[in-house]
Amino acid sequence: MHANGHEHVIEVTDLRRVYGGGFEAVRGIDFSVRRAEIFALLGTNGAGKTSTVELLEGLAAPAGGRVRVLGHDPYTERAAVRPRTGVMLQEGGFPSELTVAETARMWAGCVSGARPPAEVLALVGLQAKANVRVKQLSGGQRRRLDLALALLGDPEVLFLDEPSTGLDAEGRRDTWELVSTLRDGGTTVLLTTHYLEEAENLADRLAIMHEGRIAATGTPAEVTAAQPSRISFELPDGYFVGDLPPLGELGVSDHEVDGRLVRLRTRELQRAATQLLVWAGRAGVELRRLDVRSASLEEAFLGIAKDASAKDASAKAAESTTKEEYAA
Amino acid sequence: MSATDTRARTAHTAKGAVTTPTSRMTALARAELTLLGRNKGTVFAALFVPLVLPFSVYSASEEMDLAEAGLTPALLVLPAAIGFSLLFAVYSALVGVFVVRREELVLKRLRTGELRDVEILSGSAMPAVLSGLVQSLVLAVGCAVLLDLSAPSAPHLAVLGLLLGLVMCAALAAVTASFTRTGESAQVTPLPFMFVSMPGSGMFVPLDLFPDQVASVCELLPLTPVVTLVRGGWTGDLSAYETLGAVATAVAWTVVAVFAVRRWFRWEPRR
Repeated sequence: MHANGHEHVIEVTDLRRVYGGGFEAVRGIDFSVRRAEIFALLGTNGAGKTSTVELLEGLAAPAGGRVRVLGHDPYTERAAVRPRTGVMLQEGGFPSELTVAETARMWAGCVSGARPPAEVLALVGLQAKANVRVKQLSGGQRRRLDLALALLGDPEVLFLDEPSTGLDAEGRRDTWELVSTLRDGGTTVLLTTHYLEEAENLADRLAIMHEGRIAATGTPAEVTAAQPSRISFELPDGYFVGDLPPLGELGVSDHEVDGRLVRLRTRELQRAATQLLVWAGRAGVELRRLDVRSASLEEAFLGIAKDASAKDASAKAAESTTKEEYAA
Repeated sequence: MSATDTRARTAHTAKGAVTTPTSRMTALARAELTLLGRNKGTVFAALFVPLVLPFSVYSASEEMDLAEAGLTPALLVLPAAIGFSLLFAVYSALVGVFVVRREELVLKRLRTGELRDVEILSGSAMPAVLSGLVQSLVLAVGCAVLLDLSAPSAPHLAVLGLLLGLVMCAALAAVTASFTRTGESAQVTPLPFMFVSMPGSGMFVPLDLFPDQVASVCELLPLTPVVTLVRGGWTGDLSAYETLGAVATAVAWTVVAVFAVRRWFRWEPRR
């Protein structure tokens, strides 16, 4: 660790997790999270996000590899790590017959340096529900209670497993704002999500997980930039793909034809679009259903999931790609 | 939740102290006590049954030749009543507590914090253990008043037996919970131990009235040393050898139970 404020608060090296039945949920992943950074693990259900976070939280021992949180092994050095971390599990964890205030008071008694329970309940907007039993809360309210408890001890590191699942749009934005504010105050946040929008808006850096591996990592902009942009349109009547200008000259790297619909992929969106439109103008044809779009995280995500599935046989290649990215 | 509230993070009011094992377990025990009070079924089974069942033991005692074993009805009823309390208020109630908390993912959540595993189980068990303790004291007073029970000749043995029984029953409850999947099955899985203990540990009929070979096997049951020590605490006629044997049996069961919990206790539901 360095003293310059950029030290790695979470370090994960070749991490593996295997469940009792032999299922390999996490298949050798590497990443690190710097202090005061929001890092998102993005992936579909079953990608291995929760399995990974539970290892970081110290709930289970890894089958292989290494985890360090604040310089300690979170599983074997529980006492050194726990007073400095806050955890929001993916679901539940409250006795249903306790009220919100009783739950918060109980947890406050188990957290060093706990803030007054009423204060964190107000932080997530649950102060009016203090005397309501947990079983009567909505899914979103339970999520917010969970967040409040994770914040009770003013943790240096916050683990949030799908923090906004079950929240409405407003609640989600409030959570994002709260998490950003915590980050600005110096808290390191690791969160999992399957909402692309959440990762794009909130994360300083992210890793896309697929089938237990990291398929891509970087800032949202970097991950997106690695993907080609797309142009799609309907071929005019009487025209064939061969009638278009040579695709290589347009800067198109890849194309597919689906009935009359043409999809082009390019890393030079402006050049490809300009030349295509100039051609259409000269030929005097209309390109119906024309759609020109830059790569988004969504496309990166879907593309990666598709590629990774297709290339599952060459899984080792994907693994070494991941490692190269880190080496770079 | 509004963005301006988040300033509160830096502008704190009072911050709590560093926790200790005692403070953490107290916070947990307090919550469990609240939950115990809200579970009417458990309150009935745990508090009411052990106060009623001794009456049936008392009426059965009238048909026994207790004098042959050197006992009075009160000396049969009190150890039995304490046994019922341990079985219903402590053992059976705690199997339910451990299993339901696991199903609700409460145990998993508690494990994400500063509490150590042993603190989680001990803190959760504390209200039931205390209710067993208080109930046993009430039963002893009740027997003294209603059945003309004299003061114990060796009270330290009775206290030792009760404390060993409380710890052992809490540990055995965690073992049973390790092999119980759901809250519903937690109604059933405690029954074998309860059904074996009631007749087998001398709660209905003193082991002295059993055939010798049966009695020597029954002496090894977990609850037998508790009944023996409590009864011996009142009669004062336990030899040092008998006392040591009873204590060793209770300690051995507790050690085995703790080992089993460390080995097999499940903190999360099966998926």
